[in-house]
Amino acid sequence: MELLKKYPKLFQWLFLLIVFFALCFSIDVPETYKFIRGQAEFIKDPNQSTYTLFGKEVRYYAFDVLWRLPPLLGWLPIWVNDSLFFLLNEWMPMEFWNEDTQEFKTRPLVLQITRNITAFMTFLIELIREILLGGVKTVVAFSSWDWIDKNPWAELPGLPWTIVTAGAVILGYKLSGKGLAIFAGLVMIYISVFGQWKPSMQTLSFILVAAPLSFIFGLTLGVMAYKSKRVEKALYPILLVMQTMPQYAVLVPAMVLFGIGDHAAVIITMVVAIPPMILLTLLGLRAVSSEVIEAGKMSGCNNWQLMTKVLIPTARRDILIGVNQVIMVCFSMAVIAAFIGAKGLGWNLLLALNQLNIGLALEAGLCISMIAILLDKMSLAWANKQEDYFGNLTFFQRYKNTLFFAGAVLIGAILAYAGSFLFKDSFNYFSEIPHNKGISFADFWNKGVDWIWDTFFQTLKIFNTWLITEVLQPMRALYLRMPAVATVVLVVGAGYIIGGIRSALVTAGLVLFIALSPWWDRALVTTYMATFGVIASCTIGLTVGTLCQQNQYTTKFMLAVCDIFQTFPSFVYLIPVMMLFGITDTSVLIAVIVYATIPATRYTIEGLRSVPTALHDAASMSGVTKLQRLINIEFPIAFPHMMLGVNQTIVFALFMVIIGAFIGTEDLGQYILKALSDKAGGGKGLILGICVAFIALIFDNLIRTWVQKRKKHLGID
Amino acid sequence: MGENMKKLISLLSAIVISFVSFTGIALSADSKKPIVIPTHNWSSQVVMAYVIGGIFEDMGNNVEYVPADSQAVYESIRIGDVTISHEVWESAFGKSFTTALDKGGLLDWGDHEARTLEDMGYPNWVAKLCPGLPDWNALKNKDCAKNFVTPDSGGKGRMLEGPQTWHGDLIPQRIEALGLGDLWTVKFAGSADALWAELAAAKKEGRGTIIFNWTPNFTDGAGFTFIDFPPYTAGCRPEDGGDGKCGSPDGYLKKAVNADFPKTHPKAAAMFKKLSFSTGQIGAMAALVDIDKMTHEDAAKKWLKDNKKVWKKFTK
Repeated sequence: MELLKKYPKLFQWLFLLIVFFALCFSIDVPETYKFIRGQAEFIKDPNQSTYTLFGKEVRYYAFDVLWRLPPLLGWLPIWVNDSLFFLLNEWMPMEFWNEDTQEFKTRPLVLQITRNITAFMTFLIELIREILLGGVKTVVAFSSWDWIDKNPWAELPGLPWTIVTAGAVILGYKLSGKGLAIFAGLVMIYISVFGQWKPSMQTLSFILVAAPLSFIFGLTLGVMAYKSKRVEKALYPILLVMQTMPQYAVLVPAMVLFGIGDHAAVIITMVVAIPPMILLTLLGLRAVSSEVIEAGKMSGCNNWQLMTKVLIPTARRDILIGVNQVIMVCFSMAVIAAFIGAKGLGWNLLLALNQLNIGLALEAGLCISMIAILLDKMSLAWANKQEDYFGNLTFFQRYKNTLFFAGAVLIGAILAYAGSFLFKDSFNYFSEIPHNKGISFADFWNKGVDWIWDTFFQTLKIFNTWLITEVLQPMRALYLRMPAVATVVLVVGAGYIIGGIRSALVTAGLVLFIALSPWWDRALVTTYMATFGVIASCTIGLTVGTLCQQNQYTTKFMLAVCDIFQTFPSFVYLIPVMMLFGITDTSVLIAVIVYATIPATRYTIEGLRSVPTALHDAASMSGVTKLQRLINIEFPIAFPHMMLGVNQTIVFALFMVIIGAFIGTEDLGQYILKALSDKAGGGKGLILGICVAFIALIFDNLIRTWVQKRKKHLGID
Repeated sequence: MGENMKKLISLLSAIVISFVSFTGIALSADSKKPIVIPTHNWSSQVVMAYVIGGIFEDMGNNVEYVPADSQAVYESIRIGDVTISHEVWESAFGKSFTTALDKGGLLDWGDHEARTLEDMGYPNWVAKLCPGLPDWNALKNKDCAKNFVTPDSGGKGRMLEGPQTWHGDLIPQRIEALGLGDLWTVKFAGSADALWAELAAAKKEGRGTIIFNWTPNFTDGAGFTFIDFPPYTAGCRPEDGGDGKCGSPDGYLKKAVNADFPKTHPKAAAMFKKLSFSTGQIGAMAALVDIDKMTHEDAAKKWLKDNKKVWKKFTK
């Protein structure tokens, strides 16, 4: 009884586990049950049950309700899809004059609107692209294809790479000095010399449209949410789902609505990049103390001035993290966006992988990472730059960067012009080094992969076989063996113990949505892979993070490594991993661990960093050893922050499990992939994405609630 | 939607419509508006895209290439985001193609001379692991199946099928129907890349593998044999009400166009209707990239230069 009073939570947990296992053991696996390979809708089988709701017929295999719930939400994806189709293809048809065929054509309104919005985006993308690479579309937008055909001189020439490089260097110097200037120069020269100029500029041109738009929309919506509780309440659930929804699931609906091409790529990139921007803006504005606002009001600011001159500058730090996130997300979408028509590095990377040319794909991938880091550093430097209001500068001092750039343009143009004589019969290397004429270490990398194969294959094979037969297969079987009722009880019970009735209700809603969808078995497989990935990632991240945090140089180095891996397209290492470990769950999990270890490491480092130095000193003075201090003081205090890292690790792990569909999985991801060609793909892709998001949100809810309580307990809030 | 939003949209639409509107021209000549050709992620298709683009350009048309998913492209053609598709494989994309055809907006624009086969098969060195191949009856042999066991196949021989996107449960159903279910299991790879990775890994390791593949493809050159399943007859597949005990059909390789294409580009459309490549020609295009390691654009240029006779006759 004493014990019970002392540790009430512990006993609650014990009780929950007992109930869970009792349910598991008392409910037998139905004899007819087997992991459904194909979806029931493909086959008409007399053993299937059917029901019709809202005019949609749903077919499924019925089991004991305690074992698997019937898919009562099975009509939802089809309904969503049909509504989408209706909206796009049938709702409010209007007559539009088609200039090309010289006749009126009936087009539904929404289709026309989406195409018009995207035509505007295409214009922006092409404008930037043609400044960088040359072309005719910008001119065509103001004239016509016939006109350009008769006046070929009007084609934009495109900037030679020398000028763009000089521009980047000067910009880097202006923003933050020598260091950034050198880095910018190196990145640009690397891109050019390795023959990645054209695809890089193509990628850059769509990101230079997507990132600022995401920033503007994110900031605006964030400010609106800050000003109005109603907006915030409406936005919050959408934001949560969007943040945890795998990017891949957005592809299909986006494609249905906006078609394919660079514009669609911009749209899905924005969809993914805006939510973190909103959240961070909101976070930053909230943290502004009321004294600052009072001071602003007293000096007679109107609302607009208060926002732009007081609130946003004060909240700059968080807004900056938002900018960083926007850029990272935009580049991490570079490859996925290639699936719906983004030209550039992402597409080249996919093509190279299709030929198993890992070296070539690696080079393209490195370009993506390096441009991402360069842009990130530039935008941070720009935002941190203080305007010098008082400087008394001469004309030259004030305009020296502009002058230097003008000089660079002149020299670059002369070089490019001279180049057109120098390299008469081949390519003008002073203007653009073409794709296949640069230096390439592809062969070297490919040989490296071969070497790894020859050296380690046998060992890896033994490990792989052991892992699959002894760990993964049993674990998967255990997850599938859980009766639905037991799982629901476990999740809801955990919610109740951690966060009381409110959390219990939220988690119940989330888990029931998945349980009532047609994809419960698939969701279990997704969860099994994510669980394994999260455990491994957290172990690695915690160890590496703690070790690196002991020294400021290793800390810096590790954070840079995290940056690279976050933007480096995972598709590149998927292929060698597949060759080494076969088309198995091991391959998927390795990719998951590589990706999900990033947030685990990052948050461990940041958590430990946030422990006040005064505490360190106090501990050292009371004579504890370094290890004791770490275990007894730093970890407990950094723990809440590190748990948020776990939260992110779960999200990252789920994203990667879903992308693992490209290797070959049997989970929700495979169905999202399948939605691309499915008749009802738009709706299914969306609902499947929501299912994945809900898995993440269950953990998110539990962890966040727990962290809040813990923080209150520790008095750090 | 607020009043402002509506205003904004109508304003945007107005701007955009004025941006994208083009002056009308007499319909006898082709519009100068670019013909949008999709590129997918396998070599022969990309090279052929540039080859066809090259022919269009030679006729004075403007061309634009857009990367697209090979399944989703038919919906895009139907809506008009993409103008043509030049490789519609019956077995893999037939379903998406006919779905779009039924919805309207997409036209069937004739077949290539090349016929296609998409089925399970094996690289030639595997034949000795399983005597009796390519006849499917060889698969009934226990000693054959055990050469294809993998850690996660539960003791059965494993066949690697393409993504479930491509043919749903066709192969697992066929294996069950033919009574091979006790010896064999089917695993779905997630992408074509995964198939090639498996092929390369199996070759390096010298082990057996049975994968889904197609012809014409770059694997033709290295030696790849398809398993002879019982012949395909109309309606033999489970989705058509059959028992599923049959292999893949000798399939078409079609072309498709957006319904407006013949109106806006009558000459280009006429050329594209006549255009037809043989298996050998397609294989040669792919080989320039996969074996000679040229870039797709360069390969297309070279092919066009070397085969003027072949393609000039389509333009007449």
